[in-house]
Amino acid sequence: MRHGWFALPRPGLRWLPVWRRNFLVWRKLAIPSIMGNLADPLIYMLGLGYGLGGLLPQVQGVDYVRFLAAGTIVASTMNAATFEALYSAFSRMHVQKTWDAILNTPLSLDHVLTGELVWAASKSLLAGLAILLVIGALGLVSWPLALWVLPVIFLTGLAFAAMGLIVCALAPSYDFFMYYFTLFITPMLLVSGVFFPTDQLPAMVQAVAAWLPLAHAVQLARPLLLGRIPDDIGLHLTVLVVVAGVSFCIATGLTRRRLLK
Amino acid sequence: MASLTGLTASTASVSDAALHVSGLCKSYAGETVIAGIDFVVPPATCFGLLGPNGAGKTTTLRCCLGLTTPDRGHIRLAGRPVPAEAEAARTRVGVVPQFDNLDPDFTSSENLLVYGRYFGIKDAVIRDRIPGLLDFAGLTGKANARIQSLSGGMKRRLTLARALINDPDIIFLDEPTTGLDPQARHLIWERLKRLMVGGKTLILTTHFMDEAERLCDRLAILDHGVLIAEGAPRELIASHIEPQVVEIFGEGAAAWAAIRQGLGERLEMAGDTAFFYCRDAAPLLAALAGETGPASGLRYVHRAASLEDVFLKLTGRDLRD
Ligand SMILES: Nc1ncnc2c1ncn2[C@@H]1O[C@H](COP(=O)(O)OP(=O)(O)OP(=O)(O)O)[C@@H](O)[C@H]1O
Ligand SMILES: [Mg+2]
Repeated sequence: MRHGWFALPRPGLRWLPVWRRNFLVWRKLAIPSIMGNLADPLIYMLGLGYGLGGLLPQVQGVDYVRFLAAGTIVASTMNAATFEALYSAFSRMHVQKTWDAILNTPLSLDHVLTGELVWAASKSLLAGLAILLVIGALGLVSWPLALWVLPVIFLTGLAFAAMGLIVCALAPSYDFFMYYFTLFITPMLLVSGVFFPTDQLPAMVQAVAAWLPLAHAVQLARPLLLGRIPDDIGLHLTVLVVVAGVSFCIATGLTRRRLLK
Repeated sequence: MASLTGLTASTASVSDAALHVSGLCKSYAGETVIAGIDFVVPPATCFGLLGPNGAGKTTTLRCCLGLTTPDRGHIRLAGRPVPAEAEAARTRVGVVPQFDNLDPDFTSSENLLVYGRYFGIKDAVIRDRIPGLLDFAGLTGKANARIQSLSGGMKRRLTLARALINDPDIIFLDEPTTGLDPQARHLIWERLKRLMVGGKTLILTTHFMDEAERLCDRLAILDHGVLIAEGAPRELIASHIEPQVVEIFGEGAAAWAAIRQGLGERLEMAGDTAFFYCRDAAPLLAALAGETGPASGLRYVHRAASLEDVFLKLTGRDLRD
């Protein structure tokens, strides 16, 4: 094992109690938690969408607010999954020692991490769903194709949760997460087509952006919300699945090395 | 050698031992923490692991639970090889860790419910067990109390209750009473004795020698990753140390003792206190009788040797940290 930290994860099915633990905590604070997930993105979206959108001609053939609504769902999904896998998972691992307690039971660290991964993706699904309902009520999406955005959101949540768990495994303290946000999450948010089409960007930036998981999530979600079948579905799904899978393997290896040494 | 007789006495039960450790070694970044230790814990007994801070007690327990992989050695827990089948072994085990890690987001009974689920126990079964466990821990009125509102002693008792949620055969207790007041400590001792009467196997680490003496059938003293003594508490006292101790303190005690070294088998100094270890304390007591009138600053205590004396003799009086 000593040299086998990075052996493939063996999640099994016993991670469910870990997911249920987090769900039970969330249920106690569900309303404020959903409000928190909803308020910030909606304020930005409506403010920018209607305010800035009033100055703009149509963007990619639709009103700017509709364009932005699709980006907002994906960005909120990313944020929800990232926060859960960074701050919440870190406090359970490092501060509350909840994971240590679980490791004394028949569950393994792989079960704990799988439970955390699926939980963070579930929470991001809830965040995305809440926004979908609001922008749906505002008439900014096309039903029923828009419902297909839910699996896209869940997959996006898995990818960002898995990347977040890598950062969690490496973090000495909460401060470390600032680097991840300023160096990775925020730039990605700006170049992945969330706020404006990527063809506005210099060619070199576009070339980098083409590799970013958020860009692929946006390219799946936006057409679905606007009532079109996305192009290159296979490519976008593959990128998200690979990012989720590879990141989770790395996160598992790093966390084993941290906690089981 | 107490340790040898101890080992042969329990060899017969190796195959059905609750815990069997042989040749265990573990190092961190080149620093040896466990340097080849062996011990056997027969079922329905209490085994105590003593040792100064940093001796390797917690590391030994983590190896036994399969939470870290040893560099060398063999471990069988609940009849299964560890770490290969650690997850299956842990279904039969309860753990009270050195530092409380109760779930602060939950009440007492939610803590037990959530913990039971990790063992794959059905909610209905766990809910049936919760009142009995809270009662056992003296926390009946606290079922719906948040963890933050519990005292240190209550948290420790709840951690013990949590360790019993799967009705384990073997219970690991890493310093279960550190930081508790005498009342809380006595209550935990009484509960642990009940568990032993019920046939559970206990594996306990502690810094309290009276706790070890009271609870443990067998003890091992670990120092710098090596087992330096093993045996029943009485056996260890009988074989490692003179039966009587005279502690002399007060003004001039050190100087008084230094020139009367011959009156005991062994003399140890700790600051200004002299510890005479004697087979027969009568000559020393006679010498003291003439010296300790009201005018003299010299005072003394005469007592039977204890496990603490053995521990200090074997591990020394110097601080470890
Ligand atoms: N994960 C780790 N990484 C590096 N060193 C470690 C690790 N765990 C333990 N050690 C070192 O191993 C030694 C033994 O530690 P351990 O916690 O087993 O001691 P202990 O006997 O339980 O002490 P205490 O009575 O203070 O609880 C210590 O020097 C400690 O610093
Ligand atoms: Mg310890």
